[in-house]
Amino acid sequence: MNSLAKPAEWEKLFWPLLAAALLLALWHYSVVWTATKVFPSPLSVEKGLVQLIQKHVLWADIGDSLRRVALGFGLAAVVGIPLGLTLGWYPALNQVVNPVIQILRPISPIAWIPVAIIFFGVGDRPAVFLIFLSAFFPILVACVSGVANVPAIFRRAGRNFGLSRTQILARVVFPAALPQILIGLRIALGVAWLVVVAAEMIAVDSGLGYLVIDSRNSGKRYDLVVAAMLVIGLIGLTLDLGFRWLEKIRSVRWGFRHES
Amino acid sequence: MVFDRDGKSIAVLEDLNLDVSDGEFICVVGPSGCGKSTLLNLMGGFLSPTRGAITIDGEAVHGPDPRRILVFQERGVFPWLTVEGNIGFGLSRLSRTERGQRIAHYVQMMRLQGFEHTYPSDLSGGMKQRLQVARALAVNPDILYLDEPFGALDSVTRHLMRGELLRIWQAERRTIIFVTHDIDEAVQLADRVVVLSSRPARIEDVLAIDIPHPRSMSAPRYLELRDQLLNKIGLAYTV
Repeated sequence: MNSLAKPAEWEKLFWPLLAAALLLALWHYSVVWTATKVFPSPLSVEKGLVQLIQKHVLWADIGDSLRRVALGFGLAAVVGIPLGLTLGWYPALNQVVNPVIQILRPISPIAWIPVAIIFFGVGDRPAVFLIFLSAFFPILVACVSGVANVPAIFRRAGRNFGLSRTQILARVVFPAALPQILIGLRIALGVAWLVVVAAEMIAVDSGLGYLVIDSRNSGKRYDLVVAAMLVIGLIGLTLDLGFRWLEKIRSVRWGFRHES
Repeated sequence: MVFDRDGKSIAVLEDLNLDVSDGEFICVVGPSGCGKSTLLNLMGGFLSPTRGAITIDGEAVHGPDPRRILVFQERGVFPWLTVEGNIGFGLSRLSRTERGQRIAHYVQMMRLQGFEHTYPSDLSGGMKQRLQVARALAVNPDILYLDEPFGALDSVTRHLMRGELLRIWQAERRTIIFVTHDIDEAVQLADRVVVLSSRPARIEDVLAIDIPHPRSMSAPRYLELRDQLLNKIGLAYTV
């Protein structure tokens, strides 16, 4: 097969489906051959999923997880974007704050769990705080470097046309940095979705993370555990696809082309 | 003009005096790295001279101003704005109808009809440069500074663009100061060609091109001036 040839339409769908089917088969027969009593087969996971949907807990859990992510991520964007733009715009200020950011940034949000509980007790608030932390740093860093990477030629053109500093920030620097800011937001949303599951295993009694841990604790229902995991994966994928779709908006698409 | 780099002073331009009259087309040539772009940035107000002054109509230049627009070699247009958005960039003080008229005028002049809502990433290199010139002209500047504006284009497009620029210059009579590497470009376009020496740059010579437009590239006088210019540049390179 010529690797340069475009795959036919049916091939684009066929091969990934085949790969998924083979993986499911491998999973199924591994369970059958090892005769495990603990780990569920794909069929029992499917039954578990149907059960979750019928008992109506799944929708409530999905809603709770999405709400926490929306709050934490939204807060991180509201704080992180203006702060990042400011730090990128004033490199002297950035030099002062950057060491602190660089120390805090690699700390896993999971390590903040005890601190979050001291600050916010139990309930939604520590979970939202953890998601905020996890999303805040990728957004901040993307904004700072996005602004710093705006070609000098654009700023000079802005000055040449008589724009004030605030106008240059709003009409030149922000749109020029927007593609990189969007990448930062997409990474942040991915991390936030990872962290919400962990956060829900500790401080709250709802959400998909709670569903995973609760299914295990109350009667070792591993079929429900794996079903919840699959739901988490599917929603994460949907969120990411949603963000990729944003990148196709005309006024930012220039920033996502690989060819110049 | 002296730059400080790594604790060392580098003199880039020295004892450089040039008078440009209103509506004149000046080309600046010289060895690469001699300070041609520095000269444009000084005249544009993006740099302040260490000594001496730039005056326009008796007024000293302090900082960039929409009355004189600098056109860059490439990537000068804003990729997040359409053709219309780019041309209208400097026109936010105008009323909506005036802005629309101005945009339409320059879309037509720069032969960008049909591309009003296109983004620069979908334009050819020549069209992007036409767009950049259109954006500059739209704010009605007295002076255009062009920093090797056609340097990144292929030779045929470059040739066509020179014709377009001359057509616009003859129609609107702006003062143009045009930096280039290309001898032919200078002889085809300029009223006067300023030859700079290597660094620290002084004016090696100023050559008046006394051929009326349109200029034939094979006319004896054209070839004569071209050879003169080549010789001077050759001298400048060896200095």
